[in-house]
Amino acid sequence: MQSQQTVGGADGPVGADAATPAVPATATQPTAGPAEAAIRLVAVTKAFPQATSPAVDRLSLEVGRGELTALVGPSGCGKSTTLKMINRLIEPTSGTIEVGGVEVRDQPRHELRRQIGYVIQQIGLFPHRTVADNIATVPRLLGWRKATIRARTAELAGQVGLDRDLLDRYPSALSGGQQQRVGVARALAADPPVLLMDEPYSAVDPIVRAHLQDDLARLQQELHKTIVLVTHDVDEAIKLGDRIALLNVGGHLEQFGTPAEVLRAPANEFVERFLGRERGLKRMALITVAEVPLGGGPMVQADAAPAEAEAAMAAEGVDWVGVLAGDELLGWADGADLAGAARVGDAPRTPFRAFVRPGTTIREALDNIVNSRTRVAVVLDDDDRYLGMLTVDHLAEALE
Amino acid sequence: MSVPAPLLAAGDSDPGLWSEFWSYLTTADNWTGDRGIAALLVAHVQISVVAVLLAAAVAIVPAVLLGHTRRGAFLAVSVVNIGRALPSFAIIALVLPVSLEWGLGLGFWPTCVALVLLAVPPMFTNAYTGVRDVDPGTVEAAVGMGMTPTRVVTRVEVPNASPLIITGVRVSAVQVVATATLGALVGFSCLGSLIVEGFAQQNDGKLLTGAFLVAVLSLVTEAFFSLVQRLATPWLRAPRRRARPARSDPPAVALDA
Ligand SMILES: Nc1ncnc2c1ncn2[C@@H]1O[C@H](COP(=O)(O)OP(=O)(O)O)[C@@H](O)[C@H]1O
Ligand SMILES: [Mg+2]
Repeated sequence: MQSQQTVGGADGPVGADAATPAVPATATQPTAGPAEAAIRLVAVTKAFPQATSPAVDRLSLEVGRGELTALVGPSGCGKSTTLKMINRLIEPTSGTIEVGGVEVRDQPRHELRRQIGYVIQQIGLFPHRTVADNIATVPRLLGWRKATIRARTAELAGQVGLDRDLLDRYPSALSGGQQQRVGVARALAADPPVLLMDEPYSAVDPIVRAHLQDDLARLQQELHKTIVLVTHDVDEAIKLGDRIALLNVGGHLEQFGTPAEVLRAPANEFVERFLGRERGLKRMALITVAEVPLGGGPMVQADAAPAEAEAAMAAEGVDWVGVLAGDELLGWADGADLAGAARVGDAPRTPFRAFVRPGTTIREALDNIVNSRTRVAVVLDDDDRYLGMLTVDHLAEALE
Repeated sequence: MSVPAPLLAAGDSDPGLWSEFWSYLTTADNWTGDRGIAALLVAHVQISVVAVLLAAAVAIVPAVLLGHTRRGAFLAVSVVNIGRALPSFAIIALVLPVSLEWGLGLGFWPTCVALVLLAVPPMFTNAYTGVRDVDPGTVEAAVGMGMTPTRVVTRVEVPNASPLIITGVRVSAVQVVATATLGALVGFSCLGSLIVEGFAQQNDGKLLTGAFLVAVLSLVTEAFFSLVQRLATPWLRAPRRRARPARSDPPAVALDA
C-alpha cells in the first residue's frame, strides 16, 4: 500500500545523528506537511535506572495512519521498550509521544490503553476466563451492553479465523496458533484505531506463523489499523510492513522506509547486514509481474508459415517458437520440427506446463523461468489470454 | 463380678476399647446438656471458624498486595519459618499470660489468638506466592489493555492465585481444627475437653470419642475446602488441548510448498 503522506525521514535515518539533540524539521513540527501521523515520537529517550546507556536514545519516528510499521532490529536494541512507551507500560525519561494528535502523558494510563490494542509474544490470555470472555475484556472495561459484546465477539471470531465452537472453551484447550488468534481478537475487540504487537508470532512454529502472518495481512487490508509491529525477523517485517524501521542498539534508527526502498538501497552496512543474504530475492517477492514490462516472445499464430516462425526465433535468439490461436496460447514447437510443416500449427507442439499471472510475484516468476525448458515464464491473464513472457533479463531490469 | 465362660468366649474378651467408645458415642445423654458432645462440637467449630476468618482477614490482603508488587519475598519466607518453628502449644502457653493480663481471661480468647497465629503463615505464604507467580504475560496483557491496578488484582491475579490461596486456607483450617483441641488445657470447652476429661476420669470411651470427633471434623474440613477449590476453579478442570491439532489449525504440511 503506497500512501501519499511523507513520514519523517523516509529518505534516511531520523535521529540517527545522535550527537546532536536536534531532530529533523519534519519531526519537530507536529502539523507540518501533509503527514498524517497516527503516532509521533519526538526525541524519545528511556534510560533505565542502573543501566550504563539508555535503552532508547533520542528516537524520533512517525507512524502513518492506517499503515503497518514494523520495528525490526537485533535483540535488546530497544524495540519493546519503544513499543511500551507508546501505551505507557514504560514511561520515557524524556521526549514526547503523541497518539492521534494527543500526548500520551496527558491521558490517564488506563484510558489511553483502552484505545490501543496490545498483542504480546506470550499472548497472555486469561486462563480463568473463556475465550469469549477473554475477547470481551476491553468492551467490558468500557461498559458495553451484553448483547453488543456478544455480537462483537462472534464477529471478531470470524474475522480472525477462529471456530465459534471455541468461544466457550478455556484457553488451555486451544493450540498456540488458536491462542494467538484469540489474542488478536481481544486486542481488536473495542475497535481501537491503533494496534501494538510485540513479536506476536515468535512463539509459534513456522508453518502456523506463516498462516497467522497471512491472516494479519488480510485483516489489515480490511481494517486499516495503525499497527506497530515489533519483530526481530526481517522477513516478517518485509512481508507485513508498509514501512520498516531498522533499529540498532540504543534504539538508533538506522533506516526508515518501505521494504522495497530499504532492500533497494540499504542506508549503511548495518542495514545491509541485517537484511541478510538474498536481498535481491527478497525484493523480488515484493514486486508483481504486473509491474514489469513484458516481452512479446517468439510468438506466431498457428496458421503462419514456418518462415515467419524462423524469423521470430532469429529475432529472439531462441530455437523454439510459441504458437497462438488468437490470444490463446497453444504451446511451443521446436525449431527443428518446423521444416516439414506447411503451417506452424502442423508441427508437433508441447504445452507450457506453468504460467504466471499479473498478480504473481516476480520471485515466483523466476522460479518458473529456471524450471522451464524454454527459460521463460509465460504470463496469462485471469481469463487465460496470453499477455507476454518474462526472461531473467526482464527481471534483472525490474530490479535496477 | 464374674462373667460366665460361654459369654466370654462368644464375644470380645472384655467390654474393650471399641465397645466403650461405641457406647459412649451412641449414648444419647452424652450428647445433650451444657457440656454434652453437641455443645462441645459446636464450640469447637465456632472457635475454628472465627480463628480461620480472623487469620484470613489478617493474612490474605497484605499477602495479595505484597505479591502484586512482586516484592517482599524475604518477609514471606520469614513468616512461614516463624510459623513452622513455633509449636502450637507453645503459642497457647505464650498467649495465656497476655490474655490474663488484658482481662480476656481463660478459654476462648487465648485459644483463638493462638489459633490465628497458627493459621496465618500458610495462608500468607500461599496467597503471596500464588499472586506473585501469576504468569507475567497474563498480567502484562491485563495492564496493557487498560485494567486499573485494582481490577488487575481482583479480576486477574486473585482468581489465578485462587487455587493456591484456597489451599493455604485449607491447610490452615485443618490445622486449626486439630489444634483447637488443645484449648481444653486452658479452660476452653471443646472436643478436646472430652479427651482431657476422659483421660483424667480414666474413661476411655469418652477419650476416644473426643479423638474420633476431632479426626472426623478435620477430614470434613479438608473435604469442604477441596470442594470449594473445585467449584472456584472450573478452568482447571476444563478439557486440555489434545496432542493432535484441532480442527481450525492449518494443515500440518504446507500444501503449496
Ligand atoms: N525493565 C527494565 N529494566 C532495566 N533494563 C531494561 C528493562 N527492560 C529492558 N531493559 C534493557 O533495555 C534494553 C532494550 O530492551 P528491549 O526494549 O526489551 O529490547 P528488544 O525488545 O529490542 O529486544 C536491553 O538492554 C534490556 O536489557
Ligand atoms: Mg522485545
